[in-house]
Amino acid sequence: MGGLPFTEGHEIFRKTVRDFAEKELFPHQKEWEKGKSFPREIFGRAAELGLFGVVYPEELGGSGGDYWYKVVACEEMIRARMAGMVMDLFAHSDIATPVINEIGNEAQKKEFLVPAIKGEKIGALGITEPGAGSDVANISTTAKKEGSDYVINGAKTFITNGTRADFITLAVRTGDKGYQGISLILFPTDTKGFTAMPIKDKLGNHSSDTAELHFENCRIPARYLLGDENAGFIYIMQNFQGERLVGALMANASAQLTVEDAMAYARQREAFGRPLIKLQVWRHRFADLLSQIEASKCLTYHAVDLFNRKEECVAEVSMAKLISCDLANRIAYDCLQIHGGYGYTEEYDVARYSRDVRLLTIGGGASEIMKEIIAKRFGM
Amino acid sequence: MKIGVLIKQVPDTATNIKIAANGAGIDPTGIKYVVSPYDEIAIEEGLKTKEKVGGEVVVVSLGPVRCVEAIRTGLAMGADKGIHIDDAGVVVDSYLTARILASVLEKENFDILFVGKQAADNDCAQVGPMVAEFLGWPQVTVVEKIELNEARSGAVVARRVGGGAKEIYDVSLPAVIAVEKGLNNPRYASLPGIMKAKSKPLTTLKAADLVGGEKARVEVTHYRLPPERPEGRILKGEAEQVVPELVRLLREEAKVI
Repeated sequence: MGGLPFTEGHEIFRKTVRDFAEKELFPHQKEWEKGKSFPREIFGRAAELGLFGVVYPEELGGSGGDYWYKVVACEEMIRARMAGMVMDLFAHSDIATPVINEIGNEAQKKEFLVPAIKGEKIGALGITEPGAGSDVANISTTAKKEGSDYVINGAKTFITNGTRADFITLAVRTGDKGYQGISLILFPTDTKGFTAMPIKDKLGNHSSDTAELHFENCRIPARYLLGDENAGFIYIMQNFQGERLVGALMANASAQLTVEDAMAYARQREAFGRPLIKLQVWRHRFADLLSQIEASKCLTYHAVDLFNRKEECVAEVSMAKLISCDLANRIAYDCLQIHGGYGYTEEYDVARYSRDVRLLTIGGGASEIMKEIIAKRFGM
Repeated sequence: MKIGVLIKQVPDTATNIKIAANGAGIDPTGIKYVVSPYDEIAIEEGLKTKEKVGGEVVVVSLGPVRCVEAIRTGLAMGADKGIHIDDAGVVVDSYLTARILASVLEKENFDILFVGKQAADNDCAQVGPMVAEFLGWPQVTVVEKIELNEARSGAVVARRVGGGAKEIYDVSLPAVIAVEKGLNNPRYASLPGIMKAKSKPLTTLKAADLVGGEKARVEVTHYRLPPERPEGRILKGEAEQVVPELVRLLREEAKVI
């Protein structure tokens, strides 16, 4: 793909996002991770800097940037060193809202997307259910047409931004069993019969707002249907590509940062009379990890390039997600190992990273699903 | 008001500076260049002044082609115009930089010029004051507060002098104001701002056309890293013995008291 596509504008944005992450977010890491939440105002501040409208058209309040601006945002936001909080922001901008931009009508964009870009309304994507995760075609939350309304019943779980979302881009069953009976609906959370229960006790991503959602005879107007009825499955699958790219980009960038941290530690920690980094076993391990990150990054950039040019990229995006998220986990293991006992304490960020990184091979499509997609693309 | 801001692009302050193999400069490999942090404060003050009294903000920088990115950062923060003076083929020091800048600035009819109190790379703190001198304007440096008067003909300015003390000046405009940390909190360049900056006017001039027979007066012969800081020492024992020893060391070895 030739030289890297980062221009002067991308580099200025990189500095902005890095400063935001390092100066305004990271100083609150301990407080927000312990408190298992962060202030809602952060959404407003992120919106002000343009983080929620990166690729959306200017007439909706976006910046009309190419996808490489998104790359920059992902690569720098991880410097907040809180995968949970960062996930909430990107769940809003890259998981809940892209499909509105793609298939929403003017009224839906005005009511949901425009305030989402401004950070005034927070969005969540509601697909996973207590009984259906990877098997999206099998969801059982129903939306029954009654006059000019839909009446929704069912439950969703592991929903990022679940308790404070103002709207949910919601997958519901409007038709028969299987993938042909699924629709996407924009669901305002002030609807009667809706409840959100926070899921506080997670392994990692502590600062994230994760929730279980319940819908009991929730009545919403049919005009909130996104796109065509019973066409939801295909919209969801398209929507996943952006989400998975964000996952891969952050996996690579956070892995890089973690290796850099570990190398800094290995430079100053001595064992057997010299710094750890002078021991061949660790020098070679770092050389390995750095090479693998570079390979993963190149694959991810290739997928971004295809996605940015609106080329077919499902296989490449799935491969990037698979490789990068798996690698990030191995890197967490190795980088904690070099810290020894200190790595097992909260004194170094690698402990937090090791918790958070575990979600990567599960969320946004599990590694096993990535392999299924890739296998199918190769006719298996 | 027509507000000018002088900025310099410097290595990111987090950069681990290495000396080039030939000792003639720093090794630019892997360095990320940014707007000097004090100059960011100068841009912010320019923007705040414009927001208060109206007018336009022009960002001016002398340096290699790469410093266009620094000027664009200023435009993305909200400045209206940029002037880049390309230093290709000209070896500058503070004096020549100020001479060239002054020759450009005197044609621009600014009402006020903001500049960082010093650049974060060489820390000379000379260009702002020299520009003021060459323009024949008053100047106040290390400014932590500024209040324009009603008529916009002058300002009351607080200058930090250390030890918590400050000097208050009543300065007439146009003037050069060299700003200190704490004056404001510079805004970030938002993405919408970055997109808008792409179409804002940026004039490029050549330093070589503006030197007017002048030359740099300082020649840097070589660069050297400061010596590594020696390890700290811990004095052990009872306070009665340790304190006199500490005082002696601070006076005789560290020479700080």
